[in-house]
Amino acid sequence: MRRVVVTGLGMVTPLACGVEETWSRLIAGESGAGPIKRFDPAGVITQYACEIPLGDGTNGTFNPDDWMEPKDRRKVDDFILYGMTAAVQAVRDSGWEAVTEEDKHRTGVMIGSGIGGLSSIAETAVLIKERGAKRVSPFFIPGALINLVSGQVSIRFGFKGPNHAVVTACSTGAHAIGDAARMIAFDDADVMIAGGAESPISEIGIAGFNACKALSTKRADDPTKASRPYDADRDGFVMGEGAGVVVLEEYEHAKARGAKIYAEVLGYGLSGDAYHITAPSEDGDGGYRSMQMAIKRAGLTPADIDYINAHGTSTMADTIELGAVERLMGDAAAGATMSSTKSAIGHLLGAAGAVEAIFCILAIRDQIAPPTINLDNPAVTPKLDLAPNKAVKRKIDVALSNSFGFGGTNASLIIGKVSA
Amino acid sequence: MSDIADRVKKIVVEHLGVEENKVIENASFIDDLGADSLDTVELVMAFEEEFGIEIPDDAAETIQTFGDAVKFITGAA
Repeated sequence: MRRVVVTGLGMVTPLACGVEETWSRLIAGESGAGPIKRFDPAGVITQYACEIPLGDGTNGTFNPDDWMEPKDRRKVDDFILYGMTAAVQAVRDSGWEAVTEEDKHRTGVMIGSGIGGLSSIAETAVLIKERGAKRVSPFFIPGALINLVSGQVSIRFGFKGPNHAVVTACSTGAHAIGDAARMIAFDDADVMIAGGAESPISEIGIAGFNACKALSTKRADDPTKASRPYDADRDGFVMGEGAGVVVLEEYEHAKARGAKIYAEVLGYGLSGDAYHITAPSEDGDGGYRSMQMAIKRAGLTPADIDYINAHGTSTMADTIELGAVERLMGDAAAGATMSSTKSAIGHLLGAAGAVEAIFCILAIRDQIAPPTINLDNPAVTPKLDLAPNKAVKRKIDVALSNSFGFGGTNASLIIGKVSA
Repeated sequence: MSDIADRVKKIVVEHLGVEENKVIENASFIDDLGADSLDTVELVMAFEEEFGIEIPDDAAETIQTFGDAVKFITGAA
Protein backbone atom coordinates (compact mmCIF):
# COMPACT_ATOMS: atom_id res chain seq x y z
CA MET A 1 0.00 0.00 0.00
CA ARG A 2 1.28 3.50 -0.84
CA ARG A 3 2.31 5.55 2.20
CA VAL A 4 0.55 8.84 2.93
CA VAL A 5 2.21 11.80 4.64
CA VAL A 6 1.11 15.28 5.68
CA THR A 7 2.89 18.16 3.94
CA GLY A 8 0.68 21.17 4.61
CA LEU A 9 -1.49 22.52 7.43
CA GLY A 10 -4.13 25.25 7.63
CA MET A 11 -6.72 26.36 10.15
CA VAL A 12 -8.96 29.09 11.38
CA THR A 13 -10.24 28.50 14.92
CA PRO A 14 -11.75 30.38 17.85
CA LEU A 15 -8.21 30.87 19.19
CA ALA A 16 -6.80 32.44 16.02
CA CYS A 17 -6.58 32.45 12.26
CA GLY A 18 -3.50 30.41 11.42
CA VAL A 19 -1.86 27.20 12.57
CA GLU A 20 1.03 28.57 14.64
CA GLU A 21 -1.11 31.35 16.13
CA THR A 22 -3.71 28.81 17.26
CA TRP A 23 -1.16 26.31 18.50
CA SER A 24 0.82 28.71 20.70
CA ARG A 25 -2.40 29.91 22.38
CA LEU A 26 -3.58 26.33 22.82
CA ILE A 27 -0.33 25.30 24.49
CA ALA A 28 -0.52 28.41 26.71
CA GLY A 29 -3.90 27.22 27.99
CA GLU A 30 -6.00 30.05 26.54
CA SER A 31 -9.74 29.76 25.90
CA GLY A 32 -11.56 30.92 22.77
CA ALA A 33 -14.92 31.27 24.51
CA GLY A 34 -16.89 34.48 25.05
CA PRO A 35 -20.35 36.03 24.81
CA ILE A 36 -22.06 35.44 21.43
CA LYS A 37 -21.49 38.36 19.06
CA ARG A 38 -22.26 36.67 15.74
CA PHE A 39 -26.02 37.24 16.20
CA ASP A 40 -28.37 38.63 18.84
CA PRO A 41 -28.71 35.69 21.25
CA ALA A 42 -31.62 37.15 23.24
CA GLY A 43 -33.96 34.39 22.06
CA VAL A 44 -31.74 31.36 22.76
CA ILE A 45 -30.77 29.71 26.03
CA THR A 46 -26.99 29.56 25.65
CA GLN A 47 -25.45 33.05 25.57
CA TYR A 48 -21.82 32.09 24.79
CA ALA A 49 -19.75 30.29 22.20
CA CYS A 50 -16.22 30.01 20.83
CA GLU A 51 -16.15 32.49 17.94
CA ILE A 52 -13.30 33.15 15.53
CA PRO A 53 -11.62 36.45 16.51
CA LEU A 54 -12.42 38.90 13.70
CA GLY A 55 -10.02 41.75 12.98
CA ASP A 56 -7.62 43.25 10.49
CA GLY A 57 -5.65 40.03 10.07
CA THR A 58 -2.81 40.95 12.41
CA ASN A 59 -2.04 39.21 15.71
CA GLY A 60 -3.97 36.08 14.77
CA THR A 61 -7.23 37.84 13.98
CA PHE A 62 -9.30 36.73 10.99
CA ASN A 63 -9.80 39.23 8.20
CA PRO A 64 -12.13 37.64 5.60
CA ASP A 65 -10.79 40.02 2.91
CA ASP A 66 -7.42 38.27 3.14
CA TRP A 67 -8.93 34.99 1.94
CA MET A 68 -11.86 35.66 -0.40
CA GLU A 69 -12.85 38.75 -2.36
CA PRO A 70 -15.94 40.53 -0.99
CA LYS A 71 -17.87 39.93 -4.24
CA ASP A 72 -17.26 36.16 -3.97
CA ARG A 73 -17.81 36.02 -0.22
CA ARG A 74 -21.27 37.50 -0.59
CA LYS A 75 -22.24 34.38 -2.55
CA VAL A 76 -21.24 31.76 0.03
CA ASP A 77 -22.10 30.76 3.56
CA ASP A 78 -19.39 31.31 6.18
CA PHE A 79 -18.44 27.62 6.36
CA ILE A 80 -17.17 27.90 2.77
CA LEU A 81 -15.18 31.04 3.66
CA TYR A 82 -13.60 29.23 6.62
CA GLY A 83 -12.86 26.12 4.54
CA MET A 84 -11.28 28.21 1.80
CA THR A 85 -9.16 30.06 4.38
CA ALA A 86 -7.78 26.84 5.87
CA ALA A 87 -7.27 25.30 2.42
CA VAL A 88 -5.33 28.30 1.10
CA GLN A 89 -3.08 28.20 4.17
CA ALA A 90 -2.50 24.46 3.83
CA VAL A 91 -1.71 24.58 0.11
CA ARG A 92 0.68 27.51 0.61
CA ASP A 93 2.34 25.71 3.52
CA SER A 94 2.86 22.58 1.42
CA GLY A 95 4.49 24.48 -1.44
CA TRP A 96 2.58 22.22 -3.84
CA GLU A 97 1.66 23.77 -7.16
CA ALA A 98 -0.14 21.65 -9.71
CA VAL A 99 1.44 23.01 -12.87
CA THR A 100 1.00 20.33 -15.51
CA GLU A 101 -2.32 18.88 -16.54
CA GLU A 102 -1.19 15.54 -15.07
CA ASP A 103 -0.39 17.23 -11.72
CA LYS A 104 -3.87 18.74 -11.70
CA HIS A 105 -5.52 15.41 -12.43
CA ARG A 106 -3.57 13.82 -9.58
CA THR A 107 -4.59 16.42 -6.97
CA GLY A 108 -8.01 16.12 -5.34
CA VAL A 109 -10.07 17.82 -2.64
CA MET A 110 -12.17 16.31 0.15
CA ILE A 111 -13.35 18.95 2.61
CA GLY A 112 -16.61 18.22 4.41
CA SER A 113 -18.97 19.87 6.84
CA GLY A 114 -21.38 18.56 9.42
CA ILE A 115 -24.29 20.82 8.56
CA GLY A 116 -23.13 23.19 5.82
CA GLY A 117 -25.03 26.39 5.07
CA LEU A 118 -27.40 26.26 8.00
CA SER A 119 -27.80 30.01 8.44
CA SER A 120 -28.17 30.59 4.68
CA ILE A 121 -31.01 28.09 4.66
CA ALA A 122 -32.65 29.74 7.67
CA GLU A 123 -32.32 33.24 6.22
CA THR A 124 -33.63 32.18 2.83
CA ALA A 125 -36.63 30.48 4.42
CA VAL A 126 -37.46 33.73 6.23
CA LEU A 127 -37.00 35.68 2.99
CA ILE A 128 -39.49 33.42 1.19
CA LYS A 129 -41.99 33.78 4.00
CA GLU A 130 -41.66 37.58 4.10
CA ARG A 131 -41.10 38.54 0.47
CA GLY A 132 -41.89 35.55 -1.70
CA ALA A 133 -40.04 32.74 -3.43
CA LYS A 134 -39.01 34.88 -6.40
CA ARG A 135 -36.54 36.80 -4.23
CA VAL A 136 -34.32 33.75 -3.64
CA SER A 137 -30.74 34.41 -4.78
CA PRO A 138 -29.26 32.26 -7.54
CA PHE A 139 -26.30 31.82 -5.19
CA PHE A 140 -28.37 30.37 -2.35
CA ILE A 141 -27.97 26.71 -3.37
CA PRO A 142 -24.29 26.80 -4.46
CA GLY A 143 -23.53 28.90 -1.38
CA ALA A 144 -25.05 26.40 1.04
CA LEU A 145 -24.16 22.99 -0.40
CA ILE A 146 -21.63 21.10 1.70
CA ASN A 147 -19.47 19.90 -1.20
CA LEU A 148 -19.01 23.48 -2.41
CA VAL A 149 -15.97 23.93 -0.17
CA SER A 150 -14.30 21.20 -2.20
CA GLY A 151 -15.72 22.71 -5.37
CA GLN A 152 -14.54 26.26 -4.61
CA VAL A 153 -11.07 25.08 -3.58
CA SER A 154 -10.70 23.01 -6.75
CA ILE A 155 -11.70 26.01 -8.88
CA ARG A 156 -9.28 28.36 -7.06
CA PHE A 157 -6.28 26.05 -7.53
CA GLY A 158 -7.22 24.05 -10.64
CA PHE A 159 -7.17 20.72 -8.79
CA LYS A 160 -8.97 18.26 -11.08
CA GLY A 161 -8.55 14.98 -9.18
CA PRO A 162 -11.21 13.35 -6.95
CA ASN A 163 -13.62 15.99 -5.66
CA HIS A 164 -15.60 14.75 -2.72
CA ALA A 165 -17.11 15.82 0.59
CA VAL A 166 -17.78 13.97 3.82
CA VAL A 167 -20.92 14.57 5.91
CA THR A 168 -20.75 12.64 9.17
CA ALA A 169 -21.64 15.25 11.80
CA CYS A 170 -18.82 15.65 14.33
CA SER A 171 -16.73 12.90 12.74
CA THR A 172 -16.57 14.70 9.37
CA GLY A 173 -13.04 16.12 9.63
CA ALA A 174 -11.51 12.82 10.74
CA HIS A 175 -13.40 10.81 8.13
CA ALA A 176 -12.33 13.28 5.42
CA ILE A 177 -8.65 12.87 6.28
CA GLY A 178 -8.96 9.08 6.60
CA ASP A 179 -10.90 8.66 3.36
CA ALA A 180 -8.66 11.05 1.43
CA ALA A 181 -5.58 9.17 2.68
CA ARG A 182 -7.13 5.99 1.31
CA MET A 183 -7.63 7.61 -2.10
CA ILE A 184 -3.91 8.28 -2.17
CA ALA A 185 -3.10 4.79 -0.90
CA PHE A 186 -5.34 3.34 -3.64
CA ASP A 187 -3.55 5.45 -6.27
CA ASP A 188 -6.58 7.58 -7.17
CA ALA A 189 -4.50 10.69 -6.46
CA ASP A 190 -1.01 11.73 -5.34
CA VAL A 191 -2.13 14.79 -3.37
CA MET A 192 -5.40 15.37 -1.51
CA ILE A 193 -6.54 18.58 0.22
CA ALA A 194 -8.63 17.23 3.10
CA GLY A 195 -10.47 18.50 6.16
CA GLY A 196 -13.67 20.02 7.49
CA ALA A 197 -15.38 23.39 7.94
CA GLU A 198 -18.33 24.56 10.02
CA SER A 199 -20.22 27.78 10.80
CA PRO A 200 -22.95 26.78 13.27
CA ILE A 201 -23.00 29.90 15.47
CA SER A 202 -26.36 31.27 14.38
CA GLU A 203 -29.74 31.48 16.05
CA ILE A 204 -30.96 28.30 14.35
CA GLY A 205 -27.73 26.45 15.19
CA ILE A 206 -27.67 27.33 18.87
CA ALA A 207 -31.43 26.82 19.22
CA GLY A 208 -31.18 23.40 17.59
CA PHE A 209 -28.38 22.13 19.80
CA ASN A 210 -30.01 23.69 22.87
CA ALA A 211 -33.13 21.69 22.05
CA CYS A 212 -31.01 18.49 21.98
CA LYS A 213 -29.77 19.45 25.48
CA ALA A 214 -26.22 19.20 24.12
CA LEU A 215 -24.89 22.69 24.93
CA SER A 216 -23.51 24.17 28.12
CA THR A 217 -25.98 26.73 29.52
CA LYS A 218 -24.82 27.62 33.02
CA ARG A 219 -21.63 29.63 32.55
CA ALA A 220 -22.78 32.95 31.08
CA ASP A 221 -20.91 34.64 33.95
CA ASP A 222 -17.59 33.17 32.77
CA PRO A 223 -17.75 31.50 29.35
CA THR A 224 -14.04 30.64 29.39
CA LYS A 225 -14.80 28.09 32.13
CA ALA A 226 -17.75 26.50 30.32
CA SER A 227 -15.93 23.88 28.23
CA ARG A 228 -14.51 21.52 30.87
CA PRO A 229 -14.18 17.96 29.60
CA TYR A 230 -14.00 15.25 32.32
CA ASP A 231 -14.72 17.80 35.03
CA ALA A 232 -17.47 16.96 37.51
CA ASP A 233 -19.10 20.35 36.85
CA ARG A 234 -19.34 20.12 33.06
CA ASP A 235 -22.81 20.76 31.66
CA GLY A 236 -22.58 20.38 27.89
CA PHE A 237 -20.39 21.42 24.98
CA VAL A 238 -19.59 24.96 23.87
CA MET A 239 -20.26 25.68 20.21
CA GLY A 240 -17.23 26.54 18.10
CA GLU A 241 -16.67 27.43 14.44
CA GLY A 242 -13.86 27.31 11.93
CA ALA A 243 -12.00 24.94 9.67
CA GLY A 244 -8.99 22.66 9.53
CA VAL A 245 -7.39 21.44 6.31
CA VAL A 246 -4.31 19.31 5.61
CA VAL A 247 -2.42 18.53 2.46
CA LEU A 248 -1.96 14.76 2.23
CA GLU A 249 0.61 13.43 -0.16
CA GLU A 250 2.01 10.13 -1.31
CA TYR A 251 5.34 9.64 0.48
CA GLU A 252 7.58 9.23 -2.59
CA HIS A 253 5.84 12.15 -4.31
CA ALA A 254 6.54 14.38 -1.31
CA LYS A 255 10.15 13.21 -1.04
CA ALA A 256 10.80 13.68 -4.74
CA ARG A 257 9.86 17.36 -4.61
CA GLY A 258 11.72 17.94 -1.35
CA ALA A 259 8.55 18.79 0.58
CA LYS A 260 8.56 19.43 4.29
CA ILE A 261 6.98 16.30 5.79
CA TYR A 262 5.18 16.77 9.10
CA ALA A 263 3.95 13.25 9.84
CA GLU A 264 2.49 10.09 8.38
CA VAL A 265 -1.11 8.89 8.44
CA LEU A 266 -0.53 5.41 9.84
CA GLY A 267 -4.00 4.16 10.63
CA TYR A 268 -7.69 4.86 10.20
CA GLY A 269 -10.63 3.13 11.81
CA LEU A 270 -14.35 3.69 11.57
CA SER A 271 -17.47 2.18 13.04
CA GLY A 272 -21.14 2.67 13.81
CA ASP A 273 -22.84 2.44 17.20
CA ALA A 274 -26.25 1.27 15.92
CA TYR A 275 -27.60 2.54 19.22
CA HIS A 276 -29.08 6.08 19.43
CA ILE A 277 -29.32 9.21 17.26
CA THR A 278 -27.46 11.51 19.67
CA ALA A 279 -26.05 9.43 22.55
CA PRO A 280 -23.13 7.00 22.37
CA SER A 281 -23.72 3.47 23.63
CA GLU A 282 -23.00 3.35 27.33
CA ASP A 283 -20.19 0.82 27.03
CA GLY A 284 -18.38 2.94 24.41
CA ASP A 285 -18.34 -0.04 22.06
CA GLY A 286 -18.37 1.99 18.82
CA GLY A 287 -15.45 4.20 19.81
CA TYR A 288 -13.55 1.18 21.10
CA ARG A 289 -13.88 -0.69 17.80
CA SER A 290 -12.99 2.41 15.79
CA MET A 291 -9.75 2.87 17.77
CA GLN A 292 -9.00 -0.84 17.61
CA MET A 293 -9.36 -0.88 13.81
CA ALA A 294 -7.08 2.16 13.43
CA ILE A 295 -4.38 0.53 15.58
CA LYS A 296 -4.64 -2.68 13.58
CA ARG A 297 -4.35 -0.81 10.27
CA ALA A 298 -1.28 0.97 11.60
CA GLY A 299 0.31 -2.35 12.54
CA LEU A 300 0.81 -1.07 16.08
CA THR A 301 -0.23 -2.06 19.60
CA PRO A 302 -1.93 0.15 22.20
CA ALA A 303 1.42 0.49 24.01
CA ASP A 304 2.74 2.42 20.98
CA ILE A 305 0.23 5.24 21.48
CA ASP A 306 1.84 8.21 23.25
CA TYR A 307 -0.85 10.88 22.92
CA ILE A 308 -4.60 10.72 22.42
CA ASN A 309 -6.61 13.74 21.31
CA ALA A 310 -10.00 12.79 22.71
CA HIS A 311 -13.38 13.54 21.24
CA GLY A 312 -14.12 14.80 24.80
CA THR A 313 -16.85 17.40 24.22
CA SER A 314 -17.55 18.36 27.87
CA THR A 315 -20.73 16.29 28.03
CA MET A 316 -21.74 13.17 29.92
CA ALA A 317 -20.24 11.14 27.03
CA ASP A 318 -16.68 12.10 28.06
CA THR A 319 -16.44 9.34 30.63
CA ILE A 320 -17.83 6.78 28.16
CA GLU A 321 -14.97 7.56 25.77
CA LEU A 322 -12.50 7.57 28.65
CA GLY A 323 -13.71 4.11 29.69
CA ALA A 324 -13.31 2.79 26.13
CA VAL A 325 -9.79 4.24 25.88
CA GLU A 326 -8.79 2.71 29.22
CA ARG A 327 -10.18 -0.66 28.18
CA LEU A 328 -8.29 -0.48 24.89
CA MET A 329 -5.02 0.68 26.41
CA GLY A 330 -5.04 -1.80 29.29
CA ASP A 331 -1.78 -1.65 31.24
CA ALA A 332 -0.37 0.82 28.69
CA ALA A 333 -2.83 3.51 29.87
CA ALA A 334 -0.43 4.74 32.51
CA GLY A 335 2.15 5.57 29.85
CA ALA A 336 -0.11 7.69 27.64
CA THR A 337 -1.39 11.25 27.81
CA MET A 338 -4.89 12.13 26.63
CA SER A 339 -6.38 15.61 26.38
CA SER A 340 -9.45 17.31 24.99
CA THR A 341 -8.56 20.47 23.10
CA LYS A 342 -12.29 21.22 22.89
CA SER A 343 -11.74 22.65 26.37
CA ALA A 344 -10.03 25.58 24.63
CA ILE A 345 -11.67 25.91 21.21
CA GLY A 346 -15.12 24.45 21.85
CA HIS A 347 -16.70 21.97 19.49
CA LEU A 348 -16.14 22.76 15.81
CA LEU A 349 -18.52 19.94 14.75
CA GLY A 350 -17.55 18.94 11.20
CA ALA A 351 -14.25 20.82 11.45
CA ALA A 352 -13.30 19.34 14.84
CA GLY A 353 -11.68 16.12 13.62
CA ALA A 354 -9.48 17.94 11.11
CA VAL A 355 -8.37 20.65 13.54
CA GLU A 356 -7.66 18.01 16.18
CA ALA A 357 -5.67 15.85 13.74
CA ILE A 358 -3.51 18.92 13.11
CA PHE A 359 -3.04 19.32 16.87
CA CYS A 360 -1.79 15.70 16.95
CA ILE A 361 0.67 16.48 14.14
CA LEU A 362 1.98 19.52 16.03
CA ALA A 363 2.15 17.51 19.26
CA ILE A 364 4.47 15.09 17.45
CA ARG A 365 6.50 17.93 15.92
CA ASP A 366 6.99 19.79 19.20
CA GLN A 367 6.90 16.81 21.57
CA ILE A 368 4.23 18.36 23.73
CA ALA A 369 0.64 17.40 24.57
CA PRO A 370 -1.80 20.33 24.71
CA PRO A 371 -3.75 20.69 27.96
CA THR A 372 -7.33 19.95 28.94
CA ILE A 373 -8.15 23.33 30.44
CA ASN A 374 -10.73 23.78 33.21
CA LEU A 375 -10.19 20.24 34.44
CA ASP A 376 -10.19 21.14 38.12
CA ASN A 377 -12.18 18.33 39.65
CA PRO A 378 -12.25 15.15 37.53
CA ALA A 379 -15.60 13.33 37.47
CA VAL A 380 -13.77 10.00 37.69
CA THR A 381 -10.25 8.95 38.59
CA PRO A 382 -8.57 8.42 35.22
CA LYS A 383 -6.03 5.68 34.57
CA LEU A 384 -4.17 7.95 32.16
CA ASP A 385 -2.89 11.50 32.36
CA LEU A 386 -5.53 13.95 31.09
CA ALA A 387 -3.09 16.89 31.00
CA PRO A 388 -5.22 19.03 33.33
CA ASN A 389 -4.69 22.77 32.77
CA LYS A 390 -1.05 22.47 31.68
CA ALA A 391 0.58 21.24 28.50
CA VAL A 392 2.73 18.14 29.04
CA LYS A 393 6.22 17.91 27.52
CA ARG A 394 6.84 14.30 26.67
CA LYS A 395 7.89 11.85 23.97
CA ILE A 396 5.20 11.69 21.28
CA ASP A 397 5.96 9.47 18.30
CA VAL A 398 2.44 8.22 17.71
CA ALA A 399 -0.85 10.05 18.30
CA LEU A 400 -4.46 8.89 18.10
CA SER A 401 -7.35 11.25 17.38
CA ASN A 402 -10.97 10.30 18.08
CA SER A 403 -14.10 11.83 16.59
CA PHE A 404 -17.62 10.63 17.30
CA GLY A 405 -20.79 12.02 15.71
CA PHE A 406 -24.55 12.11 16.00
CA GLY A 407 -26.06 9.04 14.42
CA GLY A 408 -23.42 6.92 16.13
CA THR A 409 -20.64 7.46 13.59
CA ASN A 410 -17.07 7.05 14.83
CA ALA A 411 -13.65 7.73 13.31
CA SER A 412 -10.14 7.31 14.68
CA LEU A 413 -6.91 8.44 13.05
CA ILE A 414 -3.40 7.36 13.96
CA ILE A 415 -0.68 9.78 13.02
CA GLY A 416 2.99 9.12 13.55
CA LYS A 417 6.48 10.42 13.09
CA VAL A 418 7.79 9.58 9.65
CA SER A 419 10.35 6.81 9.63
CA ALA A 420 12.57 6.55 6.56
CA MET B 1 -25.85 60.98 -16.23
CA SER B 2 -29.42 60.23 -15.24
CA ASP B 3 -30.42 59.19 -11.78
CA ILE B 4 -31.42 55.75 -13.10
CA ALA B 5 -28.01 55.21 -14.71
CA ASP B 6 -26.28 56.14 -11.46
CA ARG B 7 -28.35 53.69 -9.47
CA VAL B 8 -27.84 50.90 -12.03
CA LYS B 9 -24.10 51.55 -12.02
CA LYS B 10 -23.96 51.37 -8.23
CA ILE B 11 -25.64 47.94 -8.30
CA VAL B 12 -23.31 46.65 -11.01
CA VAL B 13 -20.21 47.86 -9.15
CA GLU B 14 -21.39 46.27 -5.90
CA HIS B 15 -22.41 42.93 -7.33
CA LEU B 16 -19.60 42.35 -9.78
CA GLY B 17 -16.81 44.02 -7.79
CA VAL B 18 -15.64 46.07 -10.78
CA GLU B 19 -14.22 49.58 -11.07
CA GLU B 20 -16.83 52.25 -11.69
CA ASN B 21 -15.05 53.56 -14.81
CA LYS B 22 -15.39 50.13 -16.45
CA VAL B 23 -19.17 50.35 -16.32
CA ILE B 24 -19.78 52.16 -19.60
CA GLU B 25 -22.68 52.21 -22.08
CA ASN B 26 -21.54 49.22 -24.15
CA ALA B 27 -19.92 47.20 -21.36
CA SER B 28 -21.23 43.62 -21.53
CA PHE B 29 -21.87 42.12 -18.11
CA ILE B 30 -20.47 38.75 -19.18
CA ASP B 31 -17.76 39.65 -21.72
CA ASP B 32 -16.41 42.85 -20.16
CA LEU B 33 -17.36 42.85 -16.48
CA GLY B 34 -16.63 39.24 -15.53
CA ALA B 35 -20.17 38.14 -14.73
CA ASP B 36 -21.34 34.54 -15.14
CA SER B 37 -24.89 33.42 -15.87
CA LEU B 38 -25.81 33.34 -12.17
CA ASP B 39 -24.44 36.85 -11.67
CA THR B 40 -26.72 38.15 -14.43
CA VAL B 41 -29.75 36.51 -12.78
CA GLU B 42 -28.82 38.21 -9.53
CA LEU B 43 -28.27 41.56 -11.24
CA VAL B 44 -31.73 41.47 -12.77
CA MET B 45 -33.21 40.66 -9.37
CA ALA B 46 -31.32 43.61 -7.88
CA PHE B 47 -32.67 45.93 -10.60
CA GLU B 48 -36.21 44.71 -9.90
CA GLU B 49 -35.71 45.36 -6.22
CA GLU B 50 -34.15 48.80 -6.62
CA PHE B 51 -36.71 50.13 -9.09
CA GLY B 52 -39.81 48.24 -7.92
CA ILE B 53 -40.39 46.73 -11.33
CA GLU B 54 -40.77 43.23 -12.73
CA ILE B 55 -38.44 42.13 -15.50
CA PRO B 56 -39.83 39.02 -17.24
CA ASP B 57 -37.36 36.28 -18.23
CA ASP B 58 -37.56 36.99 -21.96
CA ALA B 59 -36.85 40.67 -21.34
CA ALA B 60 -34.03 39.81 -18.94
CA GLU B 61 -32.33 37.87 -21.72
CA THR B 62 -32.09 41.04 -23.82
CA ILE B 63 -30.28 42.94 -21.06
CA GLN B 64 -26.66 42.18 -21.95
CA THR B 65 -24.94 45.51 -21.33
CA PHE B 66 -25.05 48.38 -18.87
CA GLY B 67 -26.72 50.48 -21.59
CA ASP B 68 -29.38 47.78 -22.17
CA ALA B 69 -30.21 47.80 -18.47
CA VAL B 70 -30.55 51.57 -18.22
CA LYS B 71 -32.67 51.67 -21.36
CA PHE B 72 -35.01 48.90 -20.21
CA ILE B 73 -35.46 50.34 -16.74
CA THR B 74 -36.00 53.88 -18.06
CA GLY B 75 -38.79 52.49 -20.21
CA ALA B 76 -40.32 50.41 -17.44
CA ALA B 77 -40.01 52.67 -14.42
